[in-house]
Parts: sequence; structure tokens; C-alpha cells
Amino acid sequence: MPNYDELQQLVTQVRRDILRMVHKVNSGHPGGSLGCTEFFVALYNEIMELKDGFDMDGIGEDLFFLSNGHISPVFYSVLARKGYFPIDELNTFRLIDSRLQGHPTTHEGLPGVRVASGSLGQGMSVAIGAALAKKINGDEHLVFSLHGDGELQEGQNWEAIMYASGNKVDNLISTIDRNGQQIDGATEDVLPLGDVAEKFRVFGWDVLEIENGNDLEQVINGLNEAKSRTGKGKPVCIVMTTEMGNGVDFMMHTHAWHGKAPSDEQLETALAQNPETLGDY
Amino acid sequence: MTKYTDQGKQDTRSGYGAGMTELGRTNPNVVSLCADLIGSLKIDTFIKENPERFFQVGIAEANMMGIAAGLTIGGKIPFASTFANFATGRVYDQIRQSIAYSGKNVKICASHAGLTLGEDGATHQILEDIGMMKMLPGMTVINPCDFNQTKAATMAIAEHQGPVYLRFGRPKVANFTPVDQTFEIGKALMLNEGSDVTIIATGHLVWQSLIAAENLENQGISAEVINIHTIKPLDDEAILKSVRKTGCVVTAEEHNYLGGLGESVSRVLALHYPTPQEFVATQDTFGESGTPDQLMEKYGLNNKAIEEAVVRVLKRK
Repeated sequence: MPNYDELQQLVTQVRRDILRMVHKVNSGHPGGSLGCTEFFVALYNEIMELKDGFDMDGIGEDLFFLSNGHISPVFYSVLARKGYFPIDELNTFRLIDSRLQGHPTTHEGLPGVRVASGSLGQGMSVAIGAALAKKINGDEHLVFSLHGDGELQEGQNWEAIMYASGNKVDNLISTIDRNGQQIDGATEDVLPLGDVAEKFRVFGWDVLEIENGNDLEQVINGLNEAKSRTGKGKPVCIVMTTEMGNGVDFMMHTHAWHGKAPSDEQLETALAQNPETLGDY
Repeated sequence: MTKYTDQGKQDTRSGYGAGMTELGRTNPNVVSLCADLIGSLKIDTFIKENPERFFQVGIAEANMMGIAAGLTIGGKIPFASTFANFATGRVYDQIRQSIAYSGKNVKICASHAGLTLGEDGATHQILEDIGMMKMLPGMTVINPCDFNQTKAATMAIAEHQGPVYLRFGRPKVANFTPVDQTFEIGKALMLNEGSDVTIIATGHLVWQSLIAAENLENQGISAEVINIHTIKPLDDEAILKSVRKTGCVVTAEEHNYLGGLGESVSRVLALHYPTPQEFVATQDTFGESGTPDQLMEKYGLNNKAIEEAVVRVLKRK
């Protein structure tokens, strides 16, 4: 049984990290980061089997690939608080000479990151490759990936989606963050995605849905259910509905905070809604 | 003039296939990917002998590059292969972010490069690929000249840690370099010593340069011929050593003069030893349908074009 109190404290602290990181450099992407906080906290602290330390090959442990790299704040905060690198390093987000680049990279050697992402639509292909390597190596651990819903407009995803089912890549769990928003507005206004779950189903995936991706219990149960469906001949997709900007009232129900930092006053309001739990960096 | 014997015309892509067959038998970490062009890439034997290490991705090159990047995570050495056009221009951003910037140990293996793809025409004849690939930080760029050298290069890049672009072609051309040669990445090969002019060539133009040198010798012109199989990293020392002796250069390649070997040589010369240079290359144009020989003649990429360039450059000394 997960310790929901502890996990919820971590969620709140990660939200504070995201807001403070983005505010400090007046740039970055808080909306999608806040929307996926529960997912990251659950994945790294309840779901994935991880070795101590970090090596690129990741043999003998579960792997995670972030395809929508712009939500780097939540990724960095959760990695740091999991112990991949010093929490104080969050102070360097997007600054010159930092390992915490605007979008995640391997170039500066940041532990926890296995491929660069940011140019959208590439992460699922990389995750498939890593899953195939696990199969060749006889490594029964899983590969997880996260993708924005707007990102599915990139055609490479559909090449990857077709490949994964056609080749029974059944050690892969790809989650779609269905927040319904992208830079220019609602996904259904910019370029309609329609029924994402059904699209994956007709492409041959085993699909499950998490109705509220900002409810820790639902996220953990959904991810555990997905794990139980691996190894059965189909890649597994989770369509997870989230609220962009979750946890900060004025950032919710809009796409305005996709890539915008809060002002000093807005930060104060946002932090007041998320009181410090585990200690700020 | 050093004599070279054609051991029998073969296509460089078959050299790639032969190299993959060897790697399949000797290096268990090597895996192969292809985008619906197995026959064209000559990898049938590798696939037959190592079915569990081959990945058919279908007509989906972007996905192929991403999967190749992912396969390195877990220690595999992926050789991702298709036509040069689809291995570079079509998937530049996938190579840039998922492979080059991410420092992945992927070998991008590109057949049917340049005009000599022939009748399929300009949609398939890429003349910009060397430029695109050499501009990527950390990317090694190799364009071997014949079957034997392509086979040796294929095997050598498996031992090299980091992304590589290996470029080869479709037509059967002279096979004149040694069987079972050792391939040293980044090392220029002196094919003929001369004193009047340096001809620096890559790929299919190397054999044409040897023919040109022989014809020039008959006219009393002594041409040094250097085979640059590795365009990046370039063997600056070998180039400078030769040019300090001859005082002028002709570069020859099956590629646009913009972004190709010629411009890489120009940079070395401009920095260290400014020297007259002529470019045997396509002149910022697309190709067209035709036989390989017709195209090389029309676009000025054969021994005759090299000889004319030598005459021009000698006047500028």
C-alpha cells in the first residue's frame, strides 16, 4: 500500500520546485509540468524498479523516456528528489553552464536523462529501441515513456505506434498526457486529435485510461494495471487526462501557462496554495 | 605512376553488405535496421544468419533513427540503413536530436548516394548529404571509394564509439584497393606521389582521379592523388604536407561543391596555407535521370573533368 501522505507531500514540494525554477529564470514550461506532477512522483517512487545510481545502459532496471521535453521542470525536480543529482542544482535551471538545460539532454551528463528531447515526436521511437535492446539482452524490466497529446500531431509517433504493435513490443508502457491544450489553444481547435484511446486501440495497442491524472491513487492504480498487462503481446498505452497547471488555481483551465513564467506576485500566490513540505532547495 | 589494378567491378553497397556479414559473425552487439530496402542494401546474409538482430521498420525512416538511438541504450551497436536521401535529409532532426546531440553510438549507413543512383532521378539522388552530416557536432563522415574499402570501413566503424555517417553507392565501379585492408578512420591515403598538383578525391571520384593522373602524366604533368575516405575528421596534416609540395589543389567528389569535401579542404588551406583550388563537384544543382556514366559526364564528375580542372588550377599557381 503506497504511503499517500508522503507521496502527496512530495507532489506539493515538486510543484513548488517547478514554480520557483521557472520564476527564477523567467522562462520554462510550468503548465504541463504541474499537470504531470502526480505521474512523475508515482512513476519514480512507486512504480519503476530502479537501481542505485545511474548508468546509461540501464540494464537490470526500468527505464523512462520523456518525449515532451519542455516539461523538464517536473522531470528535474523528481530526479533530484529521487537522488539522481543534488537538489540544490535545481537552482541552475536554464542558466549558463548548467546541466539542467531548457530541455533535457545527455550532453552535459545529467544523471537520469538517457536521450535529448524537446523537438517533439521522437521519444516513442527511442523508447521502442530501448525496449528492443531489453528483449535482446534478456532483461525483463520495462520501458516507460510520456508524451504530450499535442505532440501526437507529429507523424513520427504514428510510425512508432504502428511499429510497436506490429512487432509486439510488449515491454513498453507509453502514457499520453491528455490535457487537451497546446501552445496555440485547445488541441481540438488547433488540430483535432479525436478519440486518442480508440486511435491506439485500432493501431493494435492495449489501452487503458486514467480519468483523473491528478489523483495520485488513480495514477498509481492505472500504472500498476498497465504493468500487469505487459508481456502479453501488445504494447500498453495509458491515456491520462490531466489538468494543465494543476495545483495553482489561476494556471488551470487555460493554455496560457504552457510556456510562461509567473511574476513575483503570481509566484507568491501560487506558493501559498502549495505550502512547503519537504523543504525548498 | 603507381599502378592500380581493377580486381573486377563491384558496387560499394555490396562492400557494405559483406562488411555486415562479417560483423554478424564476429560482433554480437551489432544490430541492423532497414527501411524496406534490404535487397538494395545487400544485407540479406546478415539477416539470414542473425534474424534476432535485424529490425525491419518499414517505410518509416524517422522511426528507424529513433529506434536505433534507443537500441544503443543497452549496449547495442545499431547500423541503420537506407538510401542516402532518406538517411539524411528526410530525418535530419531525428539524427540531430536523438543521435548526434544525444551522443548515441549509431551508424547511419547510406546507399545510392550521389548522381550514380542513375535513372530514378533527382528525387533520389542526394548531393547535399555530406554537408548536412559533417555540420553535426560529433558526427564522423566516411565515403569509401570501392568495394574492398567499403567493407573495411563498415567493420571499422563498429569499433568506433560515436555516431558515424557511412556513404556508399549503387553502381559497379573499379575495385582496386587491397582485400582485407585495415581501415583507419580519419587517415588520408596517398595513392600516387606527384609534384605539380594535388588531387584530393573521395568516393567514386578516387578511381577517376587515378585515371586522370595517368593521362596527365602522359602530358608531362605530375599529379599527386590522395584518397580522403574520411571527410570528418579530415586529415589536415596529409593535405597540408602534399599542398606545401605541389602548391595547388583539385578536389573531386560526387556532391554539391557547397558543403562537400572541397569546402572542408578550402578551410584547411585558408587557415594554414592559402593555395589555388579547383572544385570537381556538382554546381549547386539537382540531378536528373540517366545512366551513371551519362550523368557523371554531363555534371562534370569524371576523369576528363578532373584533368580540365588540373589545367585550370596550374594556370593559377
